[in-house]
Amino acid sequence: MEHIRVPKVENVRLTDRINPRKSSVGTLYLTATHTIFVESETGVRSETWVLHSLVCSVEKQAPTATGCPLLIHCKNFQVLHFVFPQECDCHDVQVSLQRLSQPECYEELYCFSYKPNIDKEERQQQWDFLDLKAEFSRMGVPNSLWKLSSVNRDYKVSDTYPADLFVPKSATPPLIVGSSKFRSRGRFPTLSYYCKENHAAICRSSQPLSGFSARCLEDEQMLEAILRSNPRSDFMYVVDTRPKLNAIANRAAGKGYENEDNYSNIKFQFIAIENIHVMRNSQQKMLEVCELRSPSMSDFLEGLESSGWLKHIKAVVDAGIFIAKAVAEEGVSVLVHCSDGWDRTAQVCSVACVLLDPYYRTLRGFMVLIERDWVSFGHKFSHRCNHLDGDPKEVSPIIDQFLECVWQLMEQFPCAFEFNERFLITIHSHIYSCQYGNFIGNNQRERKELGVRERTHSLWMYLWTNRTDYINPLYRPDHSQTQGLLRPSTAPYCFKFWRGLYNRFDKGMHPRQSVQDYLMAIQEETQQLEEQLASHQKVAWAGNHRAPESSLIILPQELNQTFDPNLSNNSDQESGIADLSCRSPLSEDSTRDPDSDEAAYFAA
Amino acid sequence: MEFAELIKTPRVDGVVLHRPFMPTVEGTLCLTGHHLILSSRQDNTEELWLLHSNIDSIEKRFVGCLGSIIVKCKDLRVIQLDIPGMEECLNIASSIEALSTLDSISLMYPFFYRPMFEVIDDGWNSFLPEDAFKDLESMTDEWRLSEVNKDFSVCPSYAPLVAVPKGIDDDTLRKVATFRHGGRFPVLSYYHKKNGMVMMRAGQPLTGTNGRRCKEDEKLINATLRPGKRGYIIDTRTINVAQQAKARGGGFESEANYPQWRRIHKAIERSNVLQDSLIKLVEACNDQSHNMDRWLSKLEASNWQTHVKEILTTACLAAQCIDREGASVLVHGTEGADSTLQVTSLAQIILDPACRTIRGFQGLIEREWLQAGHPFQQRCAQSAYSNSKPRQEAPVFLLFLDCVWQILRQFPCSFEFNENFLVQLFEHAYASQFGTFMGNSAAERAKLSLPEKTVSLWSWVNRPQELERLSNPLYEANSLVIWPSVAPQSLLLWEGVFLRWNRSSKCLDEAYEEMVHIIEYNKELQNKVNSLRRQLAQLETEDPLLQTP
Repeated sequence: MEHIRVPKVENVRLTDRINPRKSSVGTLYLTATHTIFVESETGVRSETWVLHSLVCSVEKQAPTATGCPLLIHCKNFQVLHFVFPQECDCHDVQVSLQRLSQPECYEELYCFSYKPNIDKEERQQQWDFLDLKAEFSRMGVPNSLWKLSSVNRDYKVSDTYPADLFVPKSATPPLIVGSSKFRSRGRFPTLSYYCKENHAAICRSSQPLSGFSARCLEDEQMLEAILRSNPRSDFMYVVDTRPKLNAIANRAAGKGYENEDNYSNIKFQFIAIENIHVMRNSQQKMLEVCELRSPSMSDFLEGLESSGWLKHIKAVVDAGIFIAKAVAEEGVSVLVHCSDGWDRTAQVCSVACVLLDPYYRTLRGFMVLIERDWVSFGHKFSHRCNHLDGDPKEVSPIIDQFLECVWQLMEQFPCAFEFNERFLITIHSHIYSCQYGNFIGNNQRERKELGVRERTHSLWMYLWTNRTDYINPLYRPDHSQTQGLLRPSTAPYCFKFWRGLYNRFDKGMHPRQSVQDYLMAIQEETQQLEEQLASHQKVAWAGNHRAPESSLIILPQELNQTFDPNLSNNSDQESGIADLSCRSPLSEDSTRDPDSDEAAYFAA
Repeated sequence: MEFAELIKTPRVDGVVLHRPFMPTVEGTLCLTGHHLILSSRQDNTEELWLLHSNIDSIEKRFVGCLGSIIVKCKDLRVIQLDIPGMEECLNIASSIEALSTLDSISLMYPFFYRPMFEVIDDGWNSFLPEDAFKDLESMTDEWRLSEVNKDFSVCPSYAPLVAVPKGIDDDTLRKVATFRHGGRFPVLSYYHKKNGMVMMRAGQPLTGTNGRRCKEDEKLINATLRPGKRGYIIDTRTINVAQQAKARGGGFESEANYPQWRRIHKAIERSNVLQDSLIKLVEACNDQSHNMDRWLSKLEASNWQTHVKEILTTACLAAQCIDREGASVLVHGTEGADSTLQVTSLAQIILDPACRTIRGFQGLIEREWLQAGHPFQQRCAQSAYSNSKPRQEAPVFLLFLDCVWQILRQFPCSFEFNENFLVQLFEHAYASQFGTFMGNSAAERAKLSLPEKTVSLWSWVNRPQELERLSNPLYEANSLVIWPSVAPQSLLLWEGVFLRWNRSSKCLDEAYEEMVHIIEYNKELQNKVNSLRRQLAQLETEDPLLQTP
């Protein structure tokens, strides 16, 4: 609270970025957790809430005749343009927000003060909703080839790895420790995904500390053990996801990559994905293009091209395809690493899993995948997402790229995913919002120290409880598109700009009618019809058999009411746009109050 | 038969056909007067029936004595035929070349095509100007149908019947025609029922460098204004281009002579630039390099999306003037038969829900493109692969369809038709068994006796089987004006046309089928519930014991 210099400013103007003529005047409030703008002009009370933790930058611009502008960029790509009547208020809000949005310690984060009305026991259940051990046993491990190792129980071998790790059966603790000493941050090769059909595995690690000539017998034996855990294969791939030049440069620092001569039966492969700094700059450039006020087509396409963003997305998908094919088609195990093995490695392993295993294309499976490949394996969420006031060079949109790769795949395979675009966007938003404890800290050890399980809530249960919002209506588990390995095209024209995320808050840019929402409403209605049908059949049967006690009869006029196809009644004739948005005309009434039908139904 | 002379080798065995995303087929290649046919003589194998007129260009390649012909079609498909025997290959190639570039219009396929279906609703009589005028008459009595052009003498590119302000007589029209490019005097394009505002279209005024004026022209267009109201003239050219046109006898309406009109210049590109853009776009789509930078820079350099944005922006402007500003609008460019029609027809899609139905859209194409004298024959003679020097080719109509597709994508529930209809119109504009898009004007179509000698595309389309294929299952009539977004982020590449042959559409087709299935199942359930309810209601009347409390 001590950071709030001014709790309330009146007569603030919020201007529409696309259409500056559309602006609203209201009161701005600063609370401990949110900036709230309450529009005062119109009869309808309209509020805009922005979490402080989502604020990315607060920029004061030169005062103009109309007032003093303040530009707020958010991590969910919302851009707010306020104009203050007084420069001192503008300044105070800026200073307050800058401090509020960049806490100095974890304790200040929103998740530690976010208290939904849920008791302790229930909260514990939330955290137990996803269980990685269950995930590994779903994959079929431990088994005769892979075992659970307790070597990292106290995070002594690698402080950025999870406590529970799966290693080849023959890997003894001394072997693991030996190997870990030859790997950056002790991140030794360990199991990420196991394909029980053909025993091929995806393993991950950090780079070896090979320098120009160093070797490590234990590390070589570790890879040998991984290879032997796939009995039907006589070689394995080692994929270094860095550009070759970067890997070579690392050798001078005593790091580097595996020498094929020292490791028996490996095939070494570079897949050039750029580093976090390149990705950060690329996204920044792309966002600048998204924000142009009225760009020409050329401005937009040139900007998109020069940002290089889609090129990077394609590189990640290409790498995922390489690994997925090695596992599914060749039955060959793959060891993936980059430098530390928590950025590119996480992206590539998880994209490969989405391609390989239909389970990861379901709601629950996708959450499990993020929990395993990102959260547990120590993707540095707090550094990459700038949760705290930290080193700006550590910030990078690595997880954004993963979510976008999945979106690109959804565009090519519309029936293959159980979840929809909204699911990805919601996850994205909460990775940055710090409302839930899942992504706080940089690894499991830190989260344990912070007591995240005891003191915060889990996002996964929230998403699961609200899953009806995130279901893709076109998904069918038995559809041919849903089965097995996805084989996406990687022609450049298959990669599209993701308007739904990067221009998410520019409502005017999106289709005014959403096919997805329409189909979701239809499906909901279908479900109601199925229920009605079942009970009508019962009544009809009862009627025919003269059983007067049955009272489940619906008056015919309800039908007209529920399925009124007349859309224009409820719409604004003037604009014709706003009220068409995302709503199925068919179920206008039924979506508004889905319970009313049922209520009437049982009351009758 | 003249075709026989052109066909040097009518059939070759052992020809192998390669098509993208389809298995290769081996069979017998036959050339007829109008078709290239490949028959495998096996059941269940799709055969190739390709209209010669659909062929844009061919390439020959030889490896040893095996020749290959790469056939590039106007619908942007590329196929390869491997033909054993050098001589056969050369013969086939030269025959295809000759047959696909026939000069004589009377030899075109529509004159030979006999429909294999029963014509229930003759498309040639479905959209007559007099019928369209009846609709107008029911809304307003301020307009009349003039026969001044009944022998095409006043304006060779107009239909015999045109709607003009009631107070303007035919003599005035004749005078105005001399003052407008191609005799294209201002005529009614659209009447906005909601507020009585109108959209007119014309050719450019022939002011020349001397600033010639024509009182009758001023009188005509002023007659469409309500007292005290101003109108907008939308010139589809930039002010510079319009200025330059004066040197060639053209020009624009000066403020001094048209004080009640506000002129707005927009920049829609002209035909040769558009053709170039299409060629570049298709080349970008066919680039095999798999390089992202290259793709984006080629896409940008083609400028196709820029043209889409310009056209849509201008159409929105026209619609805005009418609906939001409550003003009447006159649209023209130079001839008034290309960009003008793009603007007037798209503005109607935005404003008028009737144009978003299948039949209404056909009517729109008849009114605003065919009867309005868009020179289809010239514009669609060649497509993106042609090697010959372009003459008057330009993808003006394709750009219009692309813009409609963009609006359809933004309002997926507001159109009665789906993307298939737009793709079909693109195909038939370039090569067809139907006579609809033949000729350059109503006058030419009358001279060729097309209604008597050919079948109309609409006769084919308006049959239940075909209508089902073209219907949008998401359609819910939407009586509102629909304003599309023209932000670059909102405008997409029309994959259904430009990437149609470059990627497998299997997964997208499956998604479409799934969508249809969801909707049909819902309808089926509704019907069941309704019929059960009727049964119940009947039971209630028969059996008082079942009455609801």
